[in-house]
Amino acid sequence: MAEIQIKNVAKRFGSYQALHDINLTIADQEFMVLLGASGCGKSTLLRIIAGLETQSTGEVWIGGRRIDHLPPKDRGIAMVFQNYAVFPHLTVFENIGFGLRMQKLPNDQVTRRVQRTAELMHIEQLLKRYSGELSGGQRQRVAVARALAMEPDVILMDEPLSNLDALLRLEMRAELKGVLAESNTTAIYVTHDQVEAMSLADRISVMHQGRIVQAASPVEVYRNPAERFVAGFIGNPPMNFLPAVNSGNGQWTVAGRSLPGPQSAAGNLDFAIRPEDLRIASEGLTARVRLVEPLGAHLLVTCDVEGTMFRAILDSDMAIRAGDHLTLAPMQDRIRWFDPETTRSVA
Amino acid sequence: MNARLLPYVLILPVTLFLGVFFLYPFVLVAKLAFVGSEGLSLENFRDVISYWKFPISLKNTMLLAAVVVPVQLALALLMATMVNRMEKGRDLVLYIWTIPLGISDLAAGIIWLAIFEQSGFLNSMMTGLGLSDGPVNFLSYQNPGIVFLAIALAEIWRATAIMLVILVAGIGLIPKEYYEAAEVFGASPWQRFRRITLPMLRPSLQTALILRVVLAFEVFAVVAALGGTLFPVLMGEIYAYQFDLQNTNAAAALALIVLAISVVFTLIILRALRVPKGATI
Ligand SMILES: Nc1ncnc2c1ncn2[C@@H]1O[C@H](COP(=O)(O)OP(=O)(O)O)[C@@H](O)[C@H]1O
Ligand SMILES: [Mg+2]
Repeated sequence: MAEIQIKNVAKRFGSYQALHDINLTIADQEFMVLLGASGCGKSTLLRIIAGLETQSTGEVWIGGRRIDHLPPKDRGIAMVFQNYAVFPHLTVFENIGFGLRMQKLPNDQVTRRVQRTAELMHIEQLLKRYSGELSGGQRQRVAVARALAMEPDVILMDEPLSNLDALLRLEMRAELKGVLAESNTTAIYVTHDQVEAMSLADRISVMHQGRIVQAASPVEVYRNPAERFVAGFIGNPPMNFLPAVNSGNGQWTVAGRSLPGPQSAAGNLDFAIRPEDLRIASEGLTARVRLVEPLGAHLLVTCDVEGTMFRAILDSDMAIRAGDHLTLAPMQDRIRWFDPETTRSVA
Repeated sequence: MNARLLPYVLILPVTLFLGVFFLYPFVLVAKLAFVGSEGLSLENFRDVISYWKFPISLKNTMLLAAVVVPVQLALALLMATMVNRMEKGRDLVLYIWTIPLGISDLAAGIIWLAIFEQSGFLNSMMTGLGLSDGPVNFLSYQNPGIVFLAIALAEIWRATAIMLVILVAGIGLIPKEYYEAAEVFGASPWQRFRRITLPMLRPSLQTALILRVVLAFEVFAVVAALGGTLFPVLMGEIYAYQFDLQNTNAAAALALIVLAISVVFTLIILRALRVPKGATI
């Protein structure tokens, strides 16, 4: 059992507050992805869990044991680094067996476990090579194998695929998911790539400026963003926003149209809709097309609705050209509303 | 100009310079060493080696190197590791530690002579503290151990920094991520030093050791200042052949012997600290 609890963790670097009061519980064997733009504090949080960085305040618990005062080796963790950190002076075998050697395991056990993890990662034919003789993808596999060989309770990964080319990244992503699901470890995976996050995660923690703004399943994060930031960050392209004015009785005026919305006393809300949740209809928002980008199956149409940029993903059968006027109807059950003051979602 | 020729053209001036001022004199010395009373022979080498002072000066030189170099290596590694961990004052500490580098070896010998001689600091201090009744002549033939110790200390003080600067630069080049990975995978500070720093430092260690060992075989001024004739070393013997005995041929032969020893040790160090084939550091 390796449930991870992060309690009120904050981190300052001098006068810079890198993390604010982080609270997060990660279930045993869960695959948690920390997702956020560069500089939002993902690595800092991961390194605090690993013990490579010390939190300014707060506690970290793994498997019911407080571990934030322990050295990394006593935390039951293993880590995959962004630049792999595969030791260049050791063979692949010795790299994978590094942690086991440090534990002073007998030779035959080291050999057995190295062999097994190498086979798992399909690098058993590379065991005698040095890191300089490997491709980026192979080095990546060694880094993962080195972590798995430890049979850790928790495996921490800091942008492990970001240095691979696109095709390899796709391949490794699928493989990682499979291998980690088999290994029964709890995983924390840091990435800035939302597609990667969506495809790997049991749950995603979206981070922004040193805070976790939402921790939920990929579908939930996508469908029901808790904050306007999440709505504008997740999705490619992200959600469209328009200002909405309360016209009473749960009716809201958006770009001159009346739409049903939350029963709220607020005067203004932000209306939000995903580009793929728009249909061309006789009734709806009037949009002037500025740019049409064919994406194969779909058209990405960038429009202008009352001076605000508004994107729609439409069927590629339609003949749409820049300058056209469209009437776009939002799918009612996909509309989301955000409070412009707190930026939080309003039901 | 032809791009393939250009590098050679560019190194031509240096090559010429080395040829004229290094290779040519070297050939001259070699010629001197092999010229005997009846033309080319090994006569000079035989004379030099069979002279009674040769074994003792060879032994002394080797002994000094064997004591001084490992101590310096350990000290330099320790100091380099410490300097590398410092966040503030790193440069200042490094400057202070490298001051002895700027002092000539004779001056260094004289500084330590001022400490050890009969009217020196050590005697004044011991008398002042009531530890001795009167001045002791530490550096006399009755105290060969102290003479050796004084020379070794002076050498360590004087020339550790040359290894230090090379090792500091080398350690600075090792990416931090390797240490973090080692730490996560359970390496203690000592294991990180043994399993990461030392192996990844091999190229710098080679340079530092070769430089230091070769310099150790050339030790002269410090020994002359502190030991005089009490502690004969090879370089001192070359000096004696050339200037006291006016035997240039013998001096040249002994110089070539020192060169041969240096080359042998250089090869040993290169071999011992070589990076395994395929490994990149
Ligand atoms: N050792 C450090 N000293 C000072 N600032 C740091 C240090 N490490 C990280 N930071 C700062 O903390 C913020 C978060 O960094 P990081 O966690 O690496 O972001 P991410 O991994 O999300 O890109 C950044 O603004 C970064 O500059
Ligand atoms: Mg990062």
